[in-house]
Amino acid sequence: MSTFIAITISGLALGAVYFLVASGLSLIYGLMDVLNFAHGVFLTLGAYAGWAVAQHLPQAGWTFVVTALAATATGAAVAAVTELLLIRPLYGRPVSQILVTIGLDLALVGLLLGGFGSNSRSVQVPAWLTSVTAIGPDRIPNDDWLALGLGLAVLGALTWFLRYTRYGIIIRAGAENRDMVRALGIDVGRAFTLVFAVGGAAAGLGGLLNSVVFASGLVDPTQGDDMLIFAFIVIVIGGLGSITGSAVSAVLVGLVQVYVTFYAGSGGGLAQLGNMSVVLVLAIVLLVRPRGLLGRTA
Amino acid sequence: MTNTTNTRNRVSDIFAPHRARSRVRGSGGCPPGERSRGVVPPGDGSTVKRRVASVVWLVIALVLPFCSLIVPWVLPGPVDVLNSAGTLDVLGLCFVFAGVALGYDVLFGFTGLLSFGQVLYFAAGAYTLDIALSVWNWPLFPAIVLTLAVGLVLALVLGAISLRGSGIAFAMVTLAFAQACYYLIEDNPHGLTGGDTGLVMSTERLPGLLVGVVSTRNLYWLALAFLVVTYAVVWLVTGSATGRVWLAIRENERRAQVLGFRPFPFKLGSFVLSSMIATVGGMVYLLLVGTAAPSSVASTTVTISILVMVVLGGAGTRWGAVAGAIVYVYLQQYLLKIAAEPSFGSLPAVLRVPLSQPDFLLGAIFVLFILFAPGGIAGLVSRKGTR
Amino acid sequence: MITARRRDGDGETDGDAEAEVEVSDLHATIQGSHVLQGIGFTVPHGGVTALLGRNGVGKTTTLRSLIGLQPATGTVRIGDQRVTGWPAHKIIRLGVGYVPEDRDVFAKLTVRDNLRIAETKGGGDYERVYALFPELKQRSRQLASTLSGGQQQMLAIGRVLLTRRRLLLVDEPTKGLSPKFVGEVVDALERVKDTATVLMVEQNVHVVRRLAQRVVVLDHGTVTYAGDAAALDDEALVRRLLGVSV
Repeated sequence: MSTFIAITISGLALGAVYFLVASGLSLIYGLMDVLNFAHGVFLTLGAYAGWAVAQHLPQAGWTFVVTALAATATGAAVAAVTELLLIRPLYGRPVSQILVTIGLDLALVGLLLGGFGSNSRSVQVPAWLTSVTAIGPDRIPNDDWLALGLGLAVLGALTWFLRYTRYGIIIRAGAENRDMVRALGIDVGRAFTLVFAVGGAAAGLGGLLNSVVFASGLVDPTQGDDMLIFAFIVIVIGGLGSITGSAVSAVLVGLVQVYVTFYAGSGGGLAQLGNMSVVLVLAIVLLVRPRGLLGRTA
Repeated sequence: MTNTTNTRNRVSDIFAPHRARSRVRGSGGCPPGERSRGVVPPGDGSTVKRRVASVVWLVIALVLPFCSLIVPWVLPGPVDVLNSAGTLDVLGLCFVFAGVALGYDVLFGFTGLLSFGQVLYFAAGAYTLDIALSVWNWPLFPAIVLTLAVGLVLALVLGAISLRGSGIAFAMVTLAFAQACYYLIEDNPHGLTGGDTGLVMSTERLPGLLVGVVSTRNLYWLALAFLVVTYAVVWLVTGSATGRVWLAIRENERRAQVLGFRPFPFKLGSFVLSSMIATVGGMVYLLLVGTAAPSSVASTTVTISILVMVVLGGAGTRWGAVAGAIVYVYLQQYLLKIAAEPSFGSLPAVLRVPLSQPDFLLGAIFVLFILFAPGGIAGLVSRKGTR
Repeated sequence: MITARRRDGDGETDGDAEAEVEVSDLHATIQGSHVLQGIGFTVPHGGVTALLGRNGVGKTTTLRSLIGLQPATGTVRIGDQRVTGWPAHKIIRLGVGYVPEDRDVFAKLTVRDNLRIAETKGGGDYERVYALFPELKQRSRQLASTLSGGQQQMLAIGRVLLTRRRLLLVDEPTKGLSPKFVGEVVDALERVKDTATVLMVEQNVHVVRRLAQRVVVLDHGTVTYAGDAAALDDEALVRRLLGVSV
């Protein structure tokens, strides 16, 4: 029973990371109808930024905070630039916008592979993250708690932002009807850039967490794309455009993946069974409810 | 939902601006946007010119293996001779992907279905043939028949399931299925697929023509034959009434429904045709390359490459897909060759890093095309023609 | 087809000769269909001008073209600004308000947030809006999707009245409303017309008669009549222009 709790928490932590990545994707799609394939690269760049920063800092308690900030800021910056240079000129051409993010993903991953090679670098992980905290009879690795905590914090922040701030209202309104927002004198373009930046920030942070918590601190160029598939699955199941939906489905996906891998996959060489089962959940949900669990029309 | 741009699932935005009247002009043939009217352009001088050009290209391709010209710098193989094994191998690869890209153009360029899962059928083609030949030791012909059957069944079943969704949902489901296939292959169930490292094809049961020293040329011609046959089939089908329904569906599915067509059988037909072409392409690929590995045959990078090839060449134009694929694969192999050369390491990092990874250059070119030349290579050519 | 077009600035009924809106040679195409084929008219400063015509002649397209939501060619001036080709939000910032045909309130936002989004830097005159539409104040925490059609129309109008506007473009404000709400809308517009110029698309000839001083009639993408609203008293004219009896 105790392993069950440990596994559940780890599934929740995975869900938290998925949420960080998926929330941005969901917001971007909800407002702009753009399926951002470059999101994976925002993730990876965030992780690399964290690595780069950590290289130059001493091992102290606060270095992780700085690393996390670097990752978040990098994600936001790259995303904002992407929106300004590549997405804006293609306004009115949604398929082209999707394609251009694919191209960007291809190019940037290629650049990273060229610059860093396909080998991983390690992010220095502060000591307290690798240790465990006991909850009852279980020892839960601290990084799981970190992921959970950050995931909840971001969920809270995003929800507050969307519900109470002016730009949050604009984004929600724009997701319903961009033209009407314009007809009220608001420059939706700024909201677009903001949404990309917010999404990128969450992705950057998610990328760093992903490498720290689930990849033992290793960063490599294709991490983001590997994660991106799951992010897509999460937002489709949760409903494109819904933050709450993403949260719920992120948790669902994380738990399913972890449970299946542990309980069913560890026997034979079926390491990928967890992944496969998640994919199948997606197919089932889409077939039964094409709109996803909580979303608007896909 | 009243957004000005009600074009969420329309492919036409990557073509040249949609003209209200179908003006067929210019020596470059029909710009991609015109096709959307579903009107097959009359045979004016430009079409004849293009047909002649295709025949010329075909003849050149056919006799290439006999031509021992020395061509410095531009060849993708290690030897600078035109018909060297290296060159023929790469060209063969180009032809295979040209065929697969053509199949994808049917689905995406003509019917407007953005799918991220064609790689599944490519992998099915390569792996089924591989397993039949190498693990079960079947003779070639039954193995081929089995592969075709598997491809067909998969396409019908998965296609029917995926097409329940439309637009983004459809795209995501196809992506999901392709990923599931990738994971399945990696997991090496019952030791069939060889997992990560892939499965080397056993040449025991292959006819001598396809094995050994002479095989390079024969495989080259096999790949070319695949491309030519695929092109003929696609040309025939897209030019037929079915093709026009596809175009109508691409432009506006609801309107097509109002006109009396049930879109589903047509969409499924397009899906199956495209997938079968990919399956056959996978088989030819296996014969050409000799190994089936998940990273080269089943991963999403392959899907993305095919998508890039089609858009780069010009979606919905058939020959665009072929051109795009040939350019893409050629460039990729060429860059890999350059990166492997000893003098490469001495280049300054600014040049070396981007050039060492074909993906960067290809991705960048792709982005530039989308921004400035959305009609792809075909679009550029026909724009030049209308000047 | 009546082709009589009276030029504005004849000095007949308008006190202020300066036009609030000047449109000339407006062309717009929607999905291949040439909807506006050279529209030209002027809207005098102050008062209500009604844009009339049968269904599908291009009235809504005209309004949308004026504020930049519909790509169009030609010339549009608002006040003394040439706004052709401007992005919508920039035109709106000149002091233009738009009440669309289907109200287009944001369903998942509360009434309060629907209003809030229309604020400018200086905030908004909530008192004015609540004075006109007290129901909006009562229901301010409700989601807009839970409002009735009439209440949504109140919200759509209230939204643009939150700030000072020089020009209001209103598209069929009484469509589908019960008589009570029609009355409220007309009252509101009557009060507004003293402070802003109103260009109103309206099918209800009674409403037009009550509110408008001038009419512009469209047919098949062109202007077929522009002149005094009093002309609507001529039943034969109305029937010819609009195909309806009054």
